[in-house]
Amino acid sequence: MGRISSWDWEVGRKKVVDSLSPLQDHEWQEEPYVSPDGETLAAIVKVGDGEFSVRTNDEVWESTFEKLWFLRYSPDGRLTALCQQDMEWSLAIDGEPWGDFAEYVWETKFTRDGSSIAAMTKIDNKYSVALNGTPWETVYENANQYALSPDGKRTAAVVQVISLGQADVEGYKKGVFSVAVDGEPWDGRYVNLFTPTFSPDGARVAAQARLTSYDYTIAVDDRPWQKTFQQVWEPVFHPKGAGVAAPVRSGGKWGVALDGQFIWNPRYVQCLGLQYSASGEKLWGVVATGFGKFTVACDNVPWDATFPIVTDLVLSPDGSRAAALTSEYNRNFRIVVDGRVWPGTSDMAWPVVFSPDGANAAAVTEKGGRFHVLVNGKAYEQSFDRAFSPVFSEDGSKVLIRAIENNSCVRIVADVARF
Amino acid sequence: MSQIADRLIDDPGLAAGVASLTPERIEEVVTRVLKGEAGAKLKAYQETCMRCGLCAQACHYYVSHDSDPSYSPVSKTTETIYELINKKGRVEPSRIYEMAQIAYTECNLCKRCAHYCPIGIDTGYAMSMMRRICYQLDVVPQYIRDTSHSHAATMNQMWVKDDEWIDSLQWQEDEARDEFPNLRIPLDKEGAEIYYSVIGPEPKFRTQLIYQAAAIMHVAGVDFTMPSTPGWDNSDMSMFVGDFENMGRLKRSHFESAQKLRVKKIVMGECGHAFRSIYDMGNRWLGYADMPVPVVHAVEFFWELLTEGRIKIPKKLEGPVTIQDPCNIIRGRGLMDKLREVTSMLCEETVEMVPNREHNYCCCAGGGVINCGPPFKNVRMTGNKAKADQLAATGVHTIVCPCHNCHGGLDDIIGYYELGMHPRFLGDIIYEIMEKPEGM
Repeated sequence: MGRISSWDWEVGRKKVVDSLSPLQDHEWQEEPYVSPDGETLAAIVKVGDGEFSVRTNDEVWESTFEKLWFLRYSPDGRLTALCQQDMEWSLAIDGEPWGDFAEYVWETKFTRDGSSIAAMTKIDNKYSVALNGTPWETVYENANQYALSPDGKRTAAVVQVISLGQADVEGYKKGVFSVAVDGEPWDGRYVNLFTPTFSPDGARVAAQARLTSYDYTIAVDDRPWQKTFQQVWEPVFHPKGAGVAAPVRSGGKWGVALDGQFIWNPRYVQCLGLQYSASGEKLWGVVATGFGKFTVACDNVPWDATFPIVTDLVLSPDGSRAAALTSEYNRNFRIVVDGRVWPGTSDMAWPVVFSPDGANAAAVTEKGGRFHVLVNGKAYEQSFDRAFSPVFSEDGSKVLIRAIENNSCVRIVADVARF
Repeated sequence: MSQIADRLIDDPGLAAGVASLTPERIEEVVTRVLKGEAGAKLKAYQETCMRCGLCAQACHYYVSHDSDPSYSPVSKTTETIYELINKKGRVEPSRIYEMAQIAYTECNLCKRCAHYCPIGIDTGYAMSMMRRICYQLDVVPQYIRDTSHSHAATMNQMWVKDDEWIDSLQWQEDEARDEFPNLRIPLDKEGAEIYYSVIGPEPKFRTQLIYQAAAIMHVAGVDFTMPSTPGWDNSDMSMFVGDFENMGRLKRSHFESAQKLRVKKIVMGECGHAFRSIYDMGNRWLGYADMPVPVVHAVEFFWELLTEGRIKIPKKLEGPVTIQDPCNIIRGRGLMDKLREVTSMLCEETVEMVPNREHNYCCCAGGGVINCGPPFKNVRMTGNKAKADQLAATGVHTIVCPCHNCHGGLDDIIGYYELGMHPRFLGDIIYEIMEKPEGM
């Protein structure tokens, strides 16, 4: 029994908040966020001159701050916001600042289960990553693109380890960047590094690496692949430890390399967003089979249908199924699951979510200002003023709809069979 | 007729690059780029160009240098990319220096000459490929190369660190709240109608433009957001350097940051070259046939706000103004009518430059030329006397100028030729004269 099973899964509708109008004495109320279990609606509120707090349902945090932004729920239900007090910054968790205040704090990230929270931190004009409120001991003149390991125990970021004078292009070309893992930098110096990512067990780190101005590859634990390419995108670790894969560009075409060797020969106009299935037997990605012809490929086999744009590739938990959003010029969004297009188009769509057993898929769409919740391509009977991504029960038989209608926040549990 | 060899300028980036070249390396790179990237288009241009010289009068460098043929587009292509094609890349390193100086600093890629060519040769494209070869040869002017490095390291062109970007927005929000107590610059607001994007210089040293844009959005009741993450800078000096790989990375970051926020469209500030990157070059390098998210230039956005009555102008700006037509949004996007309609809604009188609209002269800063830095400033000054004459002939003080590069270029020309004029952004004018309801 997981965390989700402890939620109220009785079929029916509950009004969580009767009125979303600002509470008395609140000068303004910002955009709402709903907790994962749908039981709480939160919003940043202005409670006085230069004083901000957070409304949760009809309550308000006791603490107030000079500034609040990036209000987000952790997956475990904790409510966080970046907060400023006395001109210094922290992360407020359920109203309480974590750790010491800093010169600046930003870019909150959570592990999938919400057990760890990280953020970028600046102290005395130096940069590091803070994990659960504790910043690295080693700090840098710049750090960015940080990553949090899946187990929530480690962090890594691209860091600048050598200072550059103004317009020092030759110095730059010699390499001034590294990846710091838990604050400790790799020995290697790179022209650029991008998007460090952890292995599933958190033991290893891979990153896109620019070795010279013209040679890109993947570096794993500071060891670049032997082979270089014209460009590379985000690497992914095989879940069972059988190497690192990444989209790579060679001869003007994109393919996929595993540990530096092609496993998908370069034949695509584009290839990005690789994801392994849980067993590692399947490798998925977004590809363009021609100019303006995007689709999803599994093990180098593209779906038959192509689209002008494909985004938000999502796999079922075991990775045997896949879904993506397609659009044309950011309009006429369609949801495609396993290569089959769900009926209808929308003005906007949110990423598909699969049930834990992978049998069902759901998504939120918006058309003409009305939000719809779809399960397996069929819309819930009612549309909403706003809806947030649905959540399946652990057995996949029910779906939780979190929505706003008529200035109220509602929580609906519906049978999947009803769709 | 002058020769490029007579006017070479010392630049550390060009010099260091050429010093490490060999004829073999040049031949290898030229062959690879011509075969692998340039394709039939460039070959067709080279073979069909009749050397008629009709392009010459189109070029502000040529006009400004007393009709020196050395500055004509046909000469500049013949002396660079066409020569490399003809010689199959078999040229000496010193020749690459000359070619690079022409390609990076004596052509703004403004594409005016394409309108004068009887067969429509796009010299801007040809010179872009010349720059691509120079980049592959590591022969790039120092300052623009540094800007491209900034793009790669930070995803913006001004070395703005991630927190500095957010802090700049929050600072401007604070400042603006003294005037508009309820104003917000909403960060990362998922599902907003509009994603507002700017270029690196705005948080770096033109922060008042962020203030003004926020004020306009606020008064007009626009549902907008700005991203707190990289991708916010739509500019692209990597494109002008010839680093197309990083150009693609930048545009991917830009479009994906908008897609992640589920906005309907991107509105970009008053920048010209960024528009070229998002609608023409960067998007296509990524494999998109169109922009994956529609990008509306500020000229068009202001036109919408004004014609829909969301911004009210109780009293127009007094005195005559003239209009600078930025190449990338006029020849590139056809916004000349909307620019004039917006200007007429804001200003009492417009005195047109001659020529104008799609035939207007470039500011001489565009195409990354201003980003080549101080060593080449004089190239821009002497290379655009045509613009100075054009400006002076209007007899006005204020120039409506909806482009960052044009601002920099015109400011320099105005100072150099002592014109006593002043370029202004549309947003700056709108902010000054729009109706600002009390207590907003």
